[in-house]
Amino acid sequence: MEIKILGPGCPNCQDLERRVKQALQELKIEATVTKVADYAEIGKYVMMTPGVVINEKVKHSGKPLPRVDQIKSWILEEK
Amino acid sequence: MPKGGHLSEALNFFLYDVPKIYFLLLIIVFVVALVRTFLPPERIRKILSHENEFLGNISAAALGIFTPFCTCSAIPLFIGMLESGVPLGVTMSFLVSSPTINEVALILLWGLFGWKVAVVYILSGMLIATLSGFIIGRLKMEKEVEPFVYNIKPVWEKEESISWRGRFEYALEYVREIFSQVWFYVLIGVAIGALIHGYVPVEMVARYAGNQNPFAVLIAVVIGVPLYSNAAGTIPIVQALMEKGLALGTTLAFMMAVTGLSLPEFIILRKVLKPKLLLTFFGTVALGIVLIGYLFNFIF
Repeated sequence: MEIKILGPGCPNCQDLERRVKQALQELKIEATVTKVADYAEIGKYVMMTPGVVINEKVKHSGKPLPRVDQIKSWILEEK
Repeated sequence: MPKGGHLSEALNFFLYDVPKIYFLLLIIVFVVALVRTFLPPERIRKILSHENEFLGNISAAALGIFTPFCTCSAIPLFIGMLESGVPLGVTMSFLVSSPTINEVALILLWGLFGWKVAVVYILSGMLIATLSGFIIGRLKMEKEVEPFVYNIKPVWEKEESISWRGRFEYALEYVREIFSQVWFYVLIGVAIGALIHGYVPVEMVARYAGNQNPFAVLIAVVIGVPLYSNAAGTIPIVQALMEKGLALGTTLAFMMAVTGLSLPEFIILRKVLKPKLLLTFFGTVALGIVLIGYLFNFIF
């Protein structure tokens, strides 16, 4: 599974990354988590950061940040 | 006056203002977040790509009120707008209005200065956003946007429908997030404001920053730029200073500089705007803020 965290590296994006990693850990699922900070790449997926893309599907964009439970359900959908 | 008089005055100010601002914060952020669920980025993009350009500038300025993201999260939307054919000047109006008129700043203005000043702030912010976007539109600077912006092939998904339950959940979550981010700054800001209120003599502020000082507005803008995103902590202090003689125009200019112009914003925007457009953008906005400042000092 491939997970992309979209955002220029502001505190929100870092917080989101922590939550995604926590979700993966709690589910005991392995995935490649990549941080995408390039606007040319971010602009392909979302119009508001931070964003979460799992297996090329946009799962979230903007604030407020999704809760860990929410992220878990997306991961299970794409499993 | 005995020292106890100062202390009780400061305490009164503090105990009265903090609950009031917290209350306004909870209610208004909730309402704004609820309105925002009707304005997802896809819809904003559609609204702005249909109209004639000047109307576009005005609606971009108005939509900016409800979408108070920091510039880093506004850039993808900026890209999305240009991609879908929204004129450059209209997107610029949005980029000015979105950070300048933010709900936290409005709440503090309303709570501390009263609704009239809050309305004046919204209207002047919209005026600056509309006109600076309109001027940049006339300058035909489309080539001054980094070329990659026009070459992205987006794979945006369709607008999702959202239930009322979903809207309320979103709004509550948003309130929780904003509150946890700003409550402390409000506390500190009001505490400093309370001390100024109780202890700083009126003549001092009036002498240095009152209506007589022709440079007050300029200086206020210069000081305001590095205080980015700290509207919550800054506004209570400014309010206390205004009571001690800081002129209204200077106060407005200062707050707009705090929210609308900032160094981090400048650096991030450089990724999508070439230097010439970036400087034009900041120059027009700064000029607008300074003019508004002098205008209000002149009228009042």
